[in-house]
Amino acid sequence: MISRRGLITGGAATAAGALARIDSQQNAEVGAQVDAQASAQVGAQASAQVEPFYGVHQAGVATAPQANAAFLGFDLRKDLDREAIVRLLQLLTDDAARLSQGRPALADTEPELAANPARLTFTFGFGQGLFERAGVDSPVQELPAFATDRLRKQWSGGDLLVQVRADDAVTVAHAVRMIVKDARSFARVRWTQRGFRSANRRNLMGQIEGTVNATDLDRAVWIGQGPLRGGTTLVLRRMRMLLETWDAADRVAREFTIGRRLGSGAPLTGTAETDAPDYARENRLGFPVISEFAHIRRAHVADPALRLLRRPYNYDEGLTPEGESDSGLLFASFQADIARQFVPVQRMLAEGDLLNEWVTAVGSAVFAIPPGCAPGGWIGESLLS
Amino acid sequence: MFSRHALMLAATGVALLTACGSPAPAPAAPSAAPAAATASVAKLTITDPWVKTTKSGMTAAFGTLVNNGDAPITIVSGTSPLSKAIELHEVVESGGKMVMRAKEGGFVVPARGTHQLQPGGDHIMLMDVTEAVEPGAKISFTLQVQGGQPLEFTAIGKDFAGGKEDYQPGHK
Repeated sequence: MISRRGLITGGAATAAGALARIDSQQNAEVGAQVDAQASAQVGAQASAQVEPFYGVHQAGVATAPQANAAFLGFDLRKDLDREAIVRLLQLLTDDAARLSQGRPALADTEPELAANPARLTFTFGFGQGLFERAGVDSPVQELPAFATDRLRKQWSGGDLLVQVRADDAVTVAHAVRMIVKDARSFARVRWTQRGFRSANRRNLMGQIEGTVNATDLDRAVWIGQGPLRGGTTLVLRRMRMLLETWDAADRVAREFTIGRRLGSGAPLTGTAETDAPDYARENRLGFPVISEFAHIRRAHVADPALRLLRRPYNYDEGLTPEGESDSGLLFASFQADIARQFVPVQRMLAEGDLLNEWVTAVGSAVFAIPPGCAPGGWIGESLLS
Repeated sequence: MFSRHALMLAATGVALLTACGSPAPAPAAPSAAPAAATASVAKLTITDPWVKTTKSGMTAAFGTLVNNGDAPITIVSGTSPLSKAIELHEVVESGGKMVMRAKEGGFVVPARGTHQLQPGGDHIMLMDVTEAVEPGAKISFTLQVQGGQPLEFTAIGKDFAGGKEDYQPGHK
């Protein structure tokens, strides 16, 4: 479903101009400052390799996607109270503030590994369980059940999320280790999900991800009021791809499934990736060119304020003893309102996306992403203090 | 983000103070320091102070002492609500293994220089802690400076696997 979502085609012709500008950059996103860093060349000044940590929003949301990601899901220990949760968050905030700027963490046993931040970002998310433990009403709820889901506990849920992203895999590994060491007294690792992405934005089925993404972040992503003001929400879905059976689908079937050309990423009714799909066009037999059940039609969101900001990463856990692939997509989407933005799209997909034959959700987790913090502050302050 | 600053007067200063318990004014913020500090006013700070967590017994504090003045600064002792018995330690080789012991003469921070307190090296040793040191705890310390104002700071509790050198008490 995801990859499909990755292919969601937005559609609004009126937005085409803006989209063309943004989509022309492989890391398409948000704001001049981010774009400048995204396009930084190898060998550029070290400052270009550092993403800011402090700010109104947490890093790792609007940030142009780095090449590597690790998502850590923690279960807080049973006896943890709010005071302990605050200590944990202060420790992790300090680790993130230092490591993201290329400085060793406090008591870092491998300080040399901090020297190459490679656009390292940390993004912290709070699950329902954290709010319960802290005695605070949770602003996020679990997703409703979807008939197509085959969720496994080992990839689902979690009280605390830490998303670690950087362009260098060694940097990610060191950052993950530092976070886990500092969290160990407070929490158990529930799951670790590692992902990677290429500059060509293609997933492991060969499709281009993220052609249409949220661009009006103040409306679609950032929450404008309440304790989560400046924050957002994250839905993380582990989408297993059945690549062995996908192999049996020919190119025509693959393109029909998605509603786009594999080579260009253009909708079947257009010639360029950024062309708006023409959902009304029919072939000479009177059937829609883009099927009623094509992924892009099912995932289409007309209103830019309701679009998801997708930050998907491929995963590949290697091969089974039979030589079959265990891979797929870590579908990460940020949105201001899960019920208004994510759930309706997911319902449409679950009810009839051709891609469901090859893609299945095996993990699912929902987190509130608190706003960023200022120097001296800590992530979660507005929610827990 | 966990550093504290304190102004101290060097032994050569115009206003001579006794080593300990001087009725000194509260530590001034760094910005309050005279822009053109003379050699008579030295500033001792510590950056990134932390304490190894423990449930009971011994533990140690670390950080980087920074001397912004033009004269060496000697730290002669330390106190903390966490322990009645605090020693300034060094780690040395003895009989083929690394052991820690009290450092004679205390820690000397060179003029315009730094002195590292780190696992496997010099550190502030705390015996029989009065309560568990939890990760993220804020523990206050005071270091007494020879001929100057004490340095007060807050160290953060951090889980840490190392720093397990044998302790050889009695060496003095």
